[in-house]
Amino acid sequence: MAILLTSQSRVIVQGMTGNQGRFHSGQMVAYGTHVVGGVSPGKGGQTVDGVPVFDTVREAVALTQADASIVFVPAPFAKDAAFEAMENGIRLLVMIPEHIPVQDAIAIVTRARDLGAVVIGPNTFGIISPGQNTKMGIMPNHIYKPGPVGVVARSGTLSYEIAFSLTNAGLGQTTVVGMGGDPVVGQTFVSVLEEFKTDRDTQAIVMVGEIGGSAEEEAAEHIKSLGKPVVAYLAGRAAPPGKRMGHAGAIIERGRGTLESKEKALTAAGAQVVTMPWQVAEAVSKVLR
Amino acid sequence: MKQYEYLAKQTLGSYGIPIPPGKVVDNPEQARKAVEEIGPAALKAQVLVGGRGKAGGIRFASTPSEAAQLTQQMIGMDLKGYTVERLYAEAKLDIDQELYISVTTDRNTKEPLVMASRAGGIEIEDVSDDQIVRRYVDPRVGVEPYFGREMASALGLNGTIFKEFADLVVKLYRIYQEKDAELVEINPLTVVHGHLVAADARLNIDDSALFRHPEVQRIEEGSELERKVHEIGLAYVELDGDIAVMANGAGMAMATLDAIQYFGGRPANFLDAGGGASVEPTAQALGVLVSMHPKVIFVNIFGGITRCDDVARAILQVKQTVGIPVPLVVRLVGTNETEGVKLLADAGIAAYSEMAEAAEQAVKLAGEGR
Repeated sequence: MAILLTSQSRVIVQGMTGNQGRFHSGQMVAYGTHVVGGVSPGKGGQTVDGVPVFDTVREAVALTQADASIVFVPAPFAKDAAFEAMENGIRLLVMIPEHIPVQDAIAIVTRARDLGAVVIGPNTFGIISPGQNTKMGIMPNHIYKPGPVGVVARSGTLSYEIAFSLTNAGLGQTTVVGMGGDPVVGQTFVSVLEEFKTDRDTQAIVMVGEIGGSAEEEAAEHIKSLGKPVVAYLAGRAAPPGKRMGHAGAIIERGRGTLESKEKALTAAGAQVVTMPWQVAEAVSKVLR
Repeated sequence: MKQYEYLAKQTLGSYGIPIPPGKVVDNPEQARKAVEEIGPAALKAQVLVGGRGKAGGIRFASTPSEAAQLTQQMIGMDLKGYTVERLYAEAKLDIDQELYISVTTDRNTKEPLVMASRAGGIEIEDVSDDQIVRRYVDPRVGVEPYFGREMASALGLNGTIFKEFADLVVKLYRIYQEKDAELVEINPLTVVHGHLVAADARLNIDDSALFRHPEVQRIEEGSELERKVHEIGLAYVELDGDIAVMANGAGMAMATLDAIQYFGGRPANFLDAGGGASVEPTAQALGVLVSMHPKVIFVNIFGGITRCDDVARAILQVKQTVGIPVPLVVRLVGTNETEGVKLLADAGIAAYSEMAEAAEQAVKLAGEGR
């Protein structure tokens, strides 16, 4: 199986007629995702690669029974798009845009909690379930394969690097989830680990973290009771304090969010912590043996 | 985006939070006039670093001529790597008590967090937990006056200060929300002649929300080079090593620095060329690295949305136009890898496929490592 996203998920694309939306809709369809519709206000009635475009999420859901949405609209409009999706019954929401104001992210995440909706992102590469031939995101299609490893990451390209190294080592994936690089995102390592815990096909979990915040430390508490082996790799060893390393969340502020405290907590919880990305696959092979 | 103290104070003042009288000055004559007007004053360097006082960035002037003299000394001085360009001359306060208050976003609970303490005047990280009152805000509810009263009560305040504090919490939360603040902090929040006054203030605005705040003054931080690369729209941080680095994606860029350090080298910068950058911005970014005169340039690309042939073209473009006068190590895998590697090979550049090997080679060429 997989977590959160399965072959049953019926997906709409908000912002489908934009450059990114159009390109990635095509990539998702090519991978096998059930893209049942798109939403672009004022573009209703058009089609993109044969998929119908609607003016509103309300219409799209009524006519396609969509239950998941991936959002490509520009950041200033992302809150509106997210609320439109959630208020119309969408319960899996992938927020691709970066630079969404934190206050907007708080509003989105709070509403999702109340409704029981799952928000992935913002500022994420999305989610992919290789064994289900489905993805909602902007990740390259060819680097994954079905298998027993669950992956949860904060960063896109770094997770590609690691997923591809797993694939090359013959270690396929159940689901790969990108939490997103912003300070406030819908998922935590804890919430994703909880999903992997109950997925019987996931036999080992890879956590790809980084400096900043304390999401990794919180996850450590949880790993003890997980009952599945965890391999963790964290980026930012060489990062100086007080500097934002690209992601809004990746910053060591006044001594908080250092790599040392994260690695220490994870190791103490029984996770296998590796120091370099190319050591992940070997560590996973070992814990699976 | 961090705001200078005097701008943060202006914002506090506009929301009705009491601030001391003050004037921005950038020369001795202005400082003289300011002190004639407001009386004995603190002259505070307006720089975006903490710990100004200890570093000599806050001086006291009791007379106009003393203010002129001190200003002469302070303007142009170096404060933790920042040049002091202006001072904030602020009426000296007769302080009875120092408190602390801030509103920020808690990433784990994904809620606003109000923190307060009676132990003000020092960094909140140095205050023990039992001296801090923490209250989370339900974003659906916001901060009503009762919230402020409960905090004042938890701090053990009473009388006039109790009422003023409760009122201030409401105003500070409004600033946090209406200005899209990442942090709004008053430290110390002082008691002067029985009333609260904000003696120092910090206000950091969420960069992603600037589009809806035309009123917020844009303040550029960082070195000239950092500003230049930010203008291209890329994330860049200067470091103190000599191996220049470009990677695609923030996580990859961080991992690349880690890899260089792992093999004993010293990275010169963090540069995220973007998750899906095309030829032109990639070439611009590479041009910046060349201009840094590093010992080695290391390009580490995992082509997902980024296409390896685009990266190869960018490299060749820079090689043919400005030239690349230092050793170049390229690691190129992923989308359109074969085309990219061939383009580079035809120009005499060998590309690596393993990140570890490439990083080790970059460190070796820089004459570093173990």
